[in-house]
Amino acid sequence: MSIHHHLDDASLMRYASGDLDPAFCVIVASHLAMCGQCRNAVRLAEAVGGDCLGQTPQATVSDDAFARLSQMIDAEAGRQPEKPVAVQDPAGQLQSNVPLPLQHLIGGSLDDLNWRWIVPGVHRHRIELASTDSSLFMLRIGPGRKMPEHGHGGTEMTLVLSGSYKDAIGRFGPGDITDLDEHIEHQPSVDSQDPCICLVATEEPTQFKGLVSRLMQPLVGI
Amino acid sequence: MMLGSGAGNDLAEDMMQEVILTVWRKAALYSPGRGSVATWIFTIARNARIDRLRRQPVQPYVDVETVSIACDAPSAKARLIGNQSDEQVRRALDLLPDEQKTVIELAFLKYMPQSEIAEKLGLPIGTVKSRARLAYKKLKDKLEDLK
Ligand SMILES: [Zn+2]
Repeated sequence: MSIHHHLDDASLMRYASGDLDPAFCVIVASHLAMCGQCRNAVRLAEAVGGDCLGQTPQATVSDDAFARLSQMIDAEAGRQPEKPVAVQDPAGQLQSNVPLPLQHLIGGSLDDLNWRWIVPGVHRHRIELASTDSSLFMLRIGPGRKMPEHGHGGTEMTLVLSGSYKDAIGRFGPGDITDLDEHIEHQPSVDSQDPCICLVATEEPTQFKGLVSRLMQPLVGI
Repeated sequence: MMLGSGAGNDLAEDMMQEVILTVWRKAALYSPGRGSVATWIFTIARNARIDRLRRQPVQPYVDVETVSIACDAPSAKARLIGNQSDEQVRRALDLLPDEQKTVIELAFLKYMPQSEIAEKLGLPIGTVKSRARLAYKKLKDKLEDLK
């Protein structure tokens, strides 16, 4: 897989320090699962975290803390050491076009989803997550179609899972992620033979201003 | 670390014990080709913090780790960075201008979200992000020189 559009360094840092909300955590982790280059980059950011850990002023613990810990470790002594997590059918799971972090939310196939029609040529599948104000959803956009305009509020990320689209910035295929701070005026159109399926995280529900738009919002729903 | 992220004493101590216990259980999984011991412990503690303090799923982090173990061969370079990193990273961090170093330390020492860092420093969030970006780029360039 050749990936041309990667995570922004500021996002890598947020992932490494644990500062992403659940929706963005899933989309960033999904890109990481597809991209060795960004996995390496995260490791460097985590090394910074490791270093800072060594700089943390020491805190005192209660008097019995060590005794309790020793007991816990003694209780562990009989257990088998943990082995690397065995993924059932690792090859199949890792080669699926659904990255592992997303498989835990939608399963291993893009076809069996409950796609809902939103505008001609565009279907959406919403992913429900607890404890987040952001939204996470998937879009399936037919060949030749334009992506609907959306997400002018805050940060937004889009990760292509299959098919491709093109806009002023370039061409986006599987594994490519857009990680834009300010929403650049662009309306990408799908240039693959098959529909383009992508995962989208947006920071806040799109704020429509006019009354008509507000009435439209439940219909468009993004 | 846990106190820095706003846990009370009891919870912080519980979490510390949990982290040490996890380190104990998973010690066999540690691979020097993937970074230093400090880095590895940092990731375990970070995940505990996300799970216990923020009550958010850590599954995405676990999945990335699974993919990494399956796909990324421990490289000579990673091992080099792993072995030397603590000192090298510190030196690289020390070379950063104060304004960038502050952003890094608030994120990784105090676990402040970028939005809070912006608030604390009285800066627009865009400025905090670009400082984080610049800092990361400098660190990367410094550590790449190790090759
Ligand atoms: Zn990448």
